[in-house]
Amino acid sequence: MSYAESLGKKIVTSLTGIKGPLIFVKGASGVAFDEVVEIELYNGEKRRGRVLEVFRDLAVVQVFEGTTGISLTGTKVRFLGKTFELPVSESMLGRIFNALGEPVDGGPPVVGEEWRDVNGEPLNPAVRAYPNDFIQTGISAIDGMNTLVRGQKLPIFSGSGLPHNMLAAQIAKQATVRGEAEGFAVVFAAIGIKFEEAVFFKKFFEKTGALSRTAMFFTLANDPPMLRLLTPRTALTLAEYLAYERDMHVLAILTDMSNYAEALREISAAREEVPGRQGYPGYMYSDLATIYERAGRVRNKKGSITQMPILTMPNDDITHPIPDLTGYITEGQIVLDRRLYNMGIYPPINVLMSLSRLMKEGIGPGKTREDHANVSDQLYAAYSKAQEVRGLAMIIGEESLTSRDKRYLRFAEAFETRFLNQGVNENRSIEKTLDIAWEVLSLLPEEELTSIKPEYITKYYKKKGA
Amino acid sequence: MSVGRVIRISGPLVVAENMLGALMYEMVEVGEDRLIGEINRIDGDKAYIQVYESTSGLRPGEPVYRTGTPLSVELGPGLLTQIFDGIQRPLPIIAGLTNSIFVKRGVKTSSLPREKKWYFKPRKELVGQKVSEGTIIGEVAETSIITHKVMVPPGIRGTLKSIVSEGEYTIDDVIAEVDGETGRTEVKMYHRWPARFPRPFHEKLEPTEPLITGVRILDTLFPLAKGGTAAIPGPFGSGKTVTLHSLAKWSDANVVVYVGCGERGNEMTEVLEKFPEYTDPWTGKPLMERTILIANTSNMPVAAREASIYVGITMAEYYRDMGYNVLLVADSTSRWAEALREIGGRLGEMPAEEGFPSYLASRIAEFYERAGRVIAKGDPSRVGSVTVVGAVSPPGGDFTEPVVMHTRRFIKVFWALDASLAYSRHYPAINWLMSYSGYIDTVSQWWSEKVGKDWLKLREKAMNILLREDSLREIVRLMGTEGLSEQDKAVLLIAKIIKDGFLKQHAYDKIDAFSAPRKQYLLLKAIINIYQKILEIINAGKATVAIIEEEMQPLFSELIRARYTIPNEQAELIQKLEDKIIDRLAFIAAR
Repeated sequence: MSYAESLGKKIVTSLTGIKGPLIFVKGASGVAFDEVVEIELYNGEKRRGRVLEVFRDLAVVQVFEGTTGISLTGTKVRFLGKTFELPVSESMLGRIFNALGEPVDGGPPVVGEEWRDVNGEPLNPAVRAYPNDFIQTGISAIDGMNTLVRGQKLPIFSGSGLPHNMLAAQIAKQATVRGEAEGFAVVFAAIGIKFEEAVFFKKFFEKTGALSRTAMFFTLANDPPMLRLLTPRTALTLAEYLAYERDMHVLAILTDMSNYAEALREISAAREEVPGRQGYPGYMYSDLATIYERAGRVRNKKGSITQMPILTMPNDDITHPIPDLTGYITEGQIVLDRRLYNMGIYPPINVLMSLSRLMKEGIGPGKTREDHANVSDQLYAAYSKAQEVRGLAMIIGEESLTSRDKRYLRFAEAFETRFLNQGVNENRSIEKTLDIAWEVLSLLPEEELTSIKPEYITKYYKKKGA
Repeated sequence: MSVGRVIRISGPLVVAENMLGALMYEMVEVGEDRLIGEINRIDGDKAYIQVYESTSGLRPGEPVYRTGTPLSVELGPGLLTQIFDGIQRPLPIIAGLTNSIFVKRGVKTSSLPREKKWYFKPRKELVGQKVSEGTIIGEVAETSIITHKVMVPPGIRGTLKSIVSEGEYTIDDVIAEVDGETGRTEVKMYHRWPARFPRPFHEKLEPTEPLITGVRILDTLFPLAKGGTAAIPGPFGSGKTVTLHSLAKWSDANVVVYVGCGERGNEMTEVLEKFPEYTDPWTGKPLMERTILIANTSNMPVAAREASIYVGITMAEYYRDMGYNVLLVADSTSRWAEALREIGGRLGEMPAEEGFPSYLASRIAEFYERAGRVIAKGDPSRVGSVTVVGAVSPPGGDFTEPVVMHTRRFIKVFWALDASLAYSRHYPAINWLMSYSGYIDTVSQWWSEKVGKDWLKLREKAMNILLREDSLREIVRLMGTEGLSEQDKAVLLIAKIIKDGFLKQHAYDKIDAFSAPRKQYLLLKAIINIYQKILEIINAGKATVAIIEEEMQPLFSELIRARYTIPNEQAELIQKLEDKIIDRLAFIAAR
């Protein structure tokens, strides 16, 4: 029995036009906005779509799988009388699905414990709980200076060819909340990525044994744009079910959001909408928000959704609309840097451009360590000062620098090679991270550490092996 | 009233027919679920409706019910401490009603609590006297900080026939009767006011008093006045929200209305969770008791985002009319402008710059013009103010985009946030070269009377040092510090102390977060006096800046740390530190 037949249906056969991913259907009275349709081609092939607009008995339908091969004659359109829903269950962990939530790993179909609208609903701000549990990722640049907390949405801004996939995989593997034995359930949405990238993640999760607590949703680069728009929504629908109905802590990785935004632009253009910046639709902010805001914690519920979207900045440009609008919605960003990458530093995180807005709640005594906030502030101040000195040294030469400035140069080098740089399998505890931070800060004269309270300086400055 | 019929649905835009006689901006209820919407275009018997809730599942043919009234705000006791959505539905109550963590559609509930009893103290002496709109007929202790003045609603005048005696009443109880020309009117503790219309006042005054925020760069360099307007534009990550939260927490307004317009859900949660823990430095009471929150987060329906700003400012004006100084914070006006753009686009309007509708500028102007210091209507005579601070989120941090550009025309204080300062963690990342305030002369009188006579002079000196430093930096970038004169080197040294020890401020540090005016003044005075002393020494050729810097480093570090080591109550310690540094400088010079 098809999905359509299970629901009862209304069949319409008069198509009046086809354009891009859209078909125009006449005689569809009583059709609801946002309703799901099933389209049967003349050859029996079935596709799915969604109602974008209704005007009396005329409906504009967006076809998920694209309109290739659809004809004005011989096509049957069934209106299913409801919005697009996904069957969800805990047994989806360990499985691989397509954008519509159908298994593609050769396993049995999912028996849903519940059906949920993939568009989700906005969380009531009055029931949200402010995220404040420190997540240890084992990566110094993140834990020490851009701390991730449970329920946060923290994207990775990357560029083509940079190791963002490796970093995301490492985080998925290492992320723990201290004092809790259980790791995260991972919901992974691959949005229009290359086949090799998909294979990389699949193999990585298999190898590390994380696959059993991972659900993967795949849309590849050559799939139609509509499916790319759907993938993060189906993935997050499962994430919400696991977090709020099954008390799980979910880490949702969405890669690559740039492919999502491209798809959005493609469909907007097909609808002949007035374009905003660089051709992206004016509502891209609101649209992205309906994805990113599906992260968080809720009062009186144990579970949470932590989101880590990945996007590649076109031409490494952070002011491009995709990273720009994302940054306005997410709670910070981790920015990867080509210069550091070329220097052989992994992870090549540009800490100055990175930020975690929720850091202050996740750190401090009882969570990480008393000196954490001060140390982080000081690292930022010193490293940014060191960048200035580097610029100066390029013009007047290193020899002409004052002795204090020379110490800043040594600090910057140590910061990059010892603090930032670490192995792909190196899982540093937060204490280890802070100790390395003090090691590199101790290269500076004590008076320079104006962001640090005197008592912490006495306790940690130049303490070998602390 | 006749019932209309839906014929077209496109996202938040619904077109209905059989709507003859409908009013522009009338509220309607759309569909079987009775979703709330507002008419924003009429064409023959067709009305174009922007719907404030998701229209998913709505069908042509469903009914549209008219209400006959424009989008209105319920004004009465019970607003404070509450969090509302963009059309004034109380979010905690919605959560309780639907038993869901999500905001469901079509939920109807009254904005103000109907059952709650308030202890009402009448002004008995007014019985038999003439009263008119705005006259205070009694009061209610709404929270421990704010006494809610119950006023005769706008449009009512006549003789006060009767008033209830002191005691507990709900807002639905009739508490007074007024005999007017058109008959008798019953007065309750609440009334409704159309959100898009400014509330009436007697006379608008010029702002005179500063709005003290406790943020040094704002209060000292770019002050805002009570009843004034400010915009705070900046790219993401530059600290808009943190700065706005600081304003909401520490400013010396009586009432704060915080409108989260298309922003993050967690930011509203932060306010909800943290504000009850903080105490207001001016009254010592929990901050939440003076706060009203309006939350239309970025994933909530776009049309309600457009309304949320008006709902917020109407509430602000209402408390202004009671004689309070109200601060309205709107984060972010860009999202509001984008909502206008989206709705305009769906209506097929001709776009102006970057797709924004051509009326963007007039809408922005209308909004900021609702700020001001006014003499309220009615008896007794009282002065209240609404101060408006709007965040702007320009794409790519580009200050030439339409929302920033038009906003600049209608505000007097511009706090420009700067990504490069934020990247080096200089917070608040307000760029002192691009920011400005049109209230410096207005508020300098207050400062010189209440804090220190030479405030204006100190401020000017500090600005000059910062300006000079900026031009010197260009030279240093090209040829290092070697070629600079001793005087210029002194400027660089002091500018660094001003930046690290005065302009930088830690928004979450117990001591540093709120800097009282006295402390701000003493800190700046110390820095400027030290600068004068250094100039004196190098002009006399008694020491070089390099020597001073070398020897004084520990004391300078102490001065830089003073912002978070010396609390407001012990601000005089700054003077001691200043003396110590001057003495030490004198010692170096005397050698």
